[in-house]
Amino acid sequence: MTSVSMPESRTAARRTMPAVDWVLALALLAVGGAVVRALLYTPADAMLGAVQRILYIHVPSAIQGMYVACTIMAVCGGLYLWIKDERLDRIAESAAEVGFVFLTVVLATGSIWGKSSWGTAWAWEPRLTSALFLWFVVLSYLILRDALENREARARLSAVLGVLALLLVPFIHMTVYLFRGLHPEPLALKPGKPDMSPEMLSTFLIANVAFMFFFFALVRVRYQWATVRDARAALEQA
Amino acid sequence: MSELAFRPPSFVADAVRIARKDLLIEFRTRSGFLSATVFALLSIAIFRFSWDPTVVSSIDLAPGVLWVIFTFSGLLGLNRAFGVEQADRALDGLLASPVSREAVFAGKALGNLLFVLAVQLLALPTLALFFGLPVGPEWLGVVAVAVLAAIGFVAVGTLFAAVASNTRLAEMLLPMLALPFFVPVLIPAAQATSKLLAGSGLGEVMAELKILGAFDIVFVAACTLAFPFTLEE
Repeated sequence: MTSVSMPESRTAARRTMPAVDWVLALALLAVGGAVVRALLYTPADAMLGAVQRILYIHVPSAIQGMYVACTIMAVCGGLYLWIKDERLDRIAESAAEVGFVFLTVVLATGSIWGKSSWGTAWAWEPRLTSALFLWFVVLSYLILRDALENREARARLSAVLGVLALLLVPFIHMTVYLFRGLHPEPLALKPGKPDMSPEMLSTFLIANVAFMFFFFALVRVRYQWATVRDARAALEQA
Repeated sequence: MSELAFRPPSFVADAVRIARKDLLIEFRTRSGFLSATVFALLSIAIFRFSWDPTVVSSIDLAPGVLWVIFTFSGLLGLNRAFGVEQADRALDGLLASPVSREAVFAGKALGNLLFVLAVQLLALPTLALFFGLPVGPEWLGVVAVAVLAAIGFVAVGTLFAAVASNTRLAEMLLPMLALPFFVPVLIPAAQATSKLLAGSGLGEVMAELKILGAFDIVFVAACTLAFPFTLEE
């Protein structure tokens, strides 16, 4: 059985990772540009001061880490259970791992913002609490993957966890809102006009595009690595 | 010979039979139930000394203690559900029998539910006694909350016990997998319990009861459908 897939595996294993990944380099440049624009060319908020600029990292990271990464993890997991294509499992794995890094950035920047604006680094505020539990779910997803050596079982069981995680998120949102919130309401994506000056809004949108690009560039590199790793494992088994 | 005659398998009858088998093993050995109950009672006694009773009144403390204890004593029982099938690869025998995999899950979950409810049945009066809680009709509400919470808890916990039993570190992995999923059960359950003990009527905890009920419906269905994927083909 393994001998049939060997030629394909061999070419995949031989395909080494490039020294410089140009997509990732470009994405890093875009994020750098967005940060420079946020720090130097965007006016500070009149009420909140310089700390408000952390928003240009915090919100784009939250969108990628909480919504994009977790949706990919769950949808690719569900599709894997259906059509059993290993590539879907590798996409879910890559999105979860990169998403975990973005979620960590969300928690860190949220704490820095909270320390300055609310006077406490951790306020058990609903949105922050939701992000924390999501962080724990993604972490347990990664630990479960690590605890399983058989590739098929790893893909199958982690897909089950990924799909259930998507069902869990609305319940966590509902329950943490039983407590009162301190978090500012979403600024740009609300009905009516955004509450931002045009410069701030354009920086905010540029930062979102840059972080999305960065997220997918990282997932792409991580996916390529997973492909090489699995191909190598297949060769070693053969 | 009439007992050996072929009977068409039925989902509920199969589930009840599997639950009965598990509970019979449990009743004969008593190892899981005893350790879970002793753990719960010991924790109630120990928690009493973790806070200064002159600063935090026992009625404020009791709901949190109750739900922490239910969670961890429940986890002790959940590990057993599939641990007992690991010896001599008994699970293979169960899967080879003409029983649908969904019915296996329902049976395991039903056995776990009765296990958790039995522990709660002993822990609730002990808590009331040790914490000097007022005993009255509000306890009917607490029991309703406990039953609703136990259903969701057991559905998710049984599924993750099956997932974790596939790994080498089953006992250690289960709390890590299951605890984030217990959050939407624990928060409303603890809040409803504290409101009820403070003298609120059932009408004032409807929001919490609705979340618990919705969680039960969604996760009983989802975990029953997901369970066959946790078994080897």
